[in-house]
Amino acid sequence: MPTTSRMLDERSMSRALSRMASEIIERCQGTEGVVLVGIQRRGVELAQRLADLLQRHEGRPVPLGKLDITLYRDDLQSIGARPVVGETSLPRQLDGQIVVIVDDVLYTGRTIRAALDELADFGRPRRILLCVLVDRGGRELPIQADIVGTTITTTADDRVDVLVKERDGEDAVNLVRGA
Amino acid sequence: MTAPLGKDLVGLEDLSAQQIQLILDTAEPFKEVSERPIKKVPALRGKTIVNLFFEASTRTRISFEFAEKRLSADTVNVAIQGSSVSKGETLVDTARNLEAMRIDMVVIRHHASGAARFLGERIRSNVINAGDGKHEHPTQGLLDLLTLRDKFTTIAGLKVAICGDVLHSRVARSCIWGLTKLGAEVAVCGPPTLLPRGLETLGVTVMHHIEDAIDWADALNVLRLQLERMEGGFVPSLREYNRIFGVTRERLGRAPRELVIMHPGPMNRGVEIDSDVADGPHSLILPQVTNGVAVRMAVLYLLAGGSPDWRNQPADDR
Repeated sequence: MPTTSRMLDERSMSRALSRMASEIIERCQGTEGVVLVGIQRRGVELAQRLADLLQRHEGRPVPLGKLDITLYRDDLQSIGARPVVGETSLPRQLDGQIVVIVDDVLYTGRTIRAALDELADFGRPRRILLCVLVDRGGRELPIQADIVGTTITTTADDRVDVLVKERDGEDAVNLVRGA
Repeated sequence: MTAPLGKDLVGLEDLSAQQIQLILDTAEPFKEVSERPIKKVPALRGKTIVNLFFEASTRTRISFEFAEKRLSADTVNVAIQGSSVSKGETLVDTARNLEAMRIDMVVIRHHASGAARFLGERIRSNVINAGDGKHEHPTQGLLDLLTLRDKFTTIAGLKVAICGDVLHSRVARSCIWGLTKLGAEVAVCGPPTLLPRGLETLGVTVMHHIEDAIDWADALNVLRLQLERMEGGFVPSLREYNRIFGVTRERLGRAPRELVIMHPGPMNRGVEIDSDVADGPHSLILPQVTNGVAVRMAVLYLLAGGSPDWRNQPADDR
């Protein structure tokens, strides 16, 4: 029987995002040359939130892009079920920029591996940072996040659901045990 | 999970409205891939695709080849001149030999109607019909649908007139199936000698005056007069055809509303379509070509096993 527990509610999620925005400013010494890239699907909304926060802090807009990694997955040949391809739109110029990849959950690391491959086909950023709302462990590749909203210890039977207002009507992070 | 389109794409007759919509929706993000600085994604890396063209083709073959390469597939083009087919090998033998070299997909163009289905039933590889005789040319029909959807946002309720040599046209058949399945109203217009009998059973209106079609339609799909199939005296002369059925600026000027013009190419300028119409502001002919690559990428991707349903994707697969 799966049990659901709430790991972040609206207020704690908003606090986590504020802290993540501050960390981006701190690590990049402002937002000069920073480009936020959200990974489809919920990374896109989170990147938008962070972009709003950065603009409020620093007083100027931060370029924002979205990335769909479906066509770069490494399991295309082995699994039947593949998500329909979403939109990719990146700012024209990535060369020499600091790209902050934004995703909702970091787990095996395979999505980020694909995102790094895809970004390399668009340009050569000066630096790439990884910023995730939830790090749930369970890595299968040597990939780590630079900025983390919250860390949750999970097993392979668990599921982490990130809900965002824009898509799901509420802000929350749920841990579903035995899903 | 089974592939959303099945093993082969033989014709739009076999597809449901949902499957056609799925291909069009999947084509949407592939348009953007062709605009990237590096126009290539690794989705079909390691897949081997053979383009088996028993009939001359420039646009379709190049379009398929771009689609395959932009998905990182390995491709081989087999043109029929100089191949073992000219030594008398049968279609199935050719394909089985190719399969013995471990290929994954065959894109076939053939002069015989039904060739794609025939082949698909006999080999394990995915088969994509790139035009078989007078039967179907499904990817052309799909790119026409995508181009119309770009322009009008929806196909349902649209009035589309398919004009000219319907008798010899596989494009017309694919177009009729696709458009009617998505809820468009379809008319065909041409001289009686170039309209096959029984078209009404496909749910289309038959017209014999180009003026009527222009008066009625939101979009004209002007077919090529297939000069190479004109031995039998289907039209008295090209000049007369142009005078009576040509889509000219003058005729379009009398249209009650703005209508868009499509043509599957290659055009006979001054026969079925005048140059100032083909190059004019209402022409969607070049957008059709651009969309052709995206639609073919979508078909290749979906036949290779891409699923439409991201909701079935395990949420923890990150």
